[in-house]
Amino acid sequence: MKPKRQRLVIVVTGLVFIGAAIGFALFALNEELDVFRSPTQVAEDGFPADKRFRVGGLVEDGSVSSKGIVTTFRVTDGAHSLTISYDKILPDLFREGQGIVAMGVLNTGGTFEAQEVLAKHDENYMPPEVADALKKSGHFKPQGGDS
Amino acid sequence: MSEFLSMGGYGLYVWTSWGVGIALMIALLIQSVSAARSAAREAEATEQLSPRRRRRKAEVE
Amino acid sequence: MHRFANPTRFLRLAAAVLPFSAAVAALCLGAGLVWGLFFAPPDYQQGDTVRIMFIHVPSAMMAMGVYAGMAISSAIALIWRHAIADLIAKASAPIGATFTFICLLTGSLWGKPMWGTWWVWDARLTSMLIMLFIYLGYMALWQAFDDQTKAARAAAILALVGAINLPVIKFSVEWWNTLHQPASLITMEGPKIHESLLWPLLLMIVGFGAYYLTVLIFRVRAEIHQRRTRMLRMAQADRHNAMQAAD
Repeated sequence: MKPKRQRLVIVVTGLVFIGAAIGFALFALNEELDVFRSPTQVAEDGFPADKRFRVGGLVEDGSVSSKGIVTTFRVTDGAHSLTISYDKILPDLFREGQGIVAMGVLNTGGTFEAQEVLAKHDENYMPPEVADALKKSGHFKPQGGDS
Repeated sequence: MSEFLSMGGYGLYVWTSWGVGIALMIALLIQSVSAARSAAREAEATEQLSPRRRRRKAEVE
Repeated sequence: MHRFANPTRFLRLAAAVLPFSAAVAALCLGAGLVWGLFFAPPDYQQGDTVRIMFIHVPSAMMAMGVYAGMAISSAIALIWRHAIADLIAKASAPIGATFTFICLLTGSLWGKPMWGTWWVWDARLTSMLIMLFIYLGYMALWQAFDDQTKAARAAAILALVGAINLPVIKFSVEWWNTLHQPASLITMEGPKIHESLLWPLLLMIVGFGAYYLTVLIFRVRAEIHQRRTRMLRMAQADRHNAMQAAD
């Protein structure tokens, strides 16, 4: 009954794959698909207490400071902003004005203690000279970290 | 040259992406070509065993 | 449409197309590689990592395009019992799965230096991973049946159901707040990529498309010959049985 067993193995493998797909989907949906909130959403709708969540926005100009390994900065969406502290290495794309997504918990002092900071980039691609020229002529559109 | 290879410090990421991408595509191409050849050979060999169908050989490649 | 249901006619057409698709693939991929790696400028924000885009974006587009083709062929095979359509769908799956894998891998290699992570469970990345699993499940389903007609029907239904994932992938970056950025190429306002980066990208996309066509022709050829072998063997077995019965 060799071919039959082989077929069984294949069917089981297929089911495992489909099961894994569904499992991953549910897992991801359970984590709210890693969606992030804006500082305004955090200010207006509140946040899950004692639970990790994600905040996304632009790094406010001139707000970045570091003390030892801890970097503190503010993210803004224009209307509201939130202070974030982070004690690990920041991604290469992290800079002022850059869109970022941070995951962590909001402490009682109102500071968001990030356990992970990810940089988000926008959909525009261009060489540095073009970006400079656009900035000079005033046609440069700064990216929206939260669309 | 070494500046080009380093890709502004991102050489590992850029070269791995291109390297693995190209390698996989070449591997798939080679596998597909050889599968087509061996399937054609097998079909022809099987055809030789059925005398009444030999006349149709010219139709399929 | 049934004109091309004849395997012989299909093979003749494929043989005529093959030199062109192979030439276009070789030229575009070769030129795209040189342009993308040597001549395209670095991005103002992402530096040289933008060169990963020339592999990542075409493989992502083709992963979805091949799936769309597979779903359409499956529908044609189901509805009109077209003899070649199910073979085209079957032959497409490994190519699409390879593109999906390349897309996920290069995306990961791009995400690590730029975003700061290899992987994030955001809607775009998750839906793309699900597509890889659908491709693999589709391929496994074909192997699970001895009866090719049954296999074709089951696989076609899976391909059509899985097509729901296509719009989810495309619009995931708009429907959810994802880490992945919105579309750069196919947008209402046109491409958001500077032409110095756009041209090598378009070359690579054409190259990937021609590559798909080239590999598809070889794979469909293999399928047609395999089916022919199966039919010949069945006829031989029938004849053998008939002779034994006559004895």
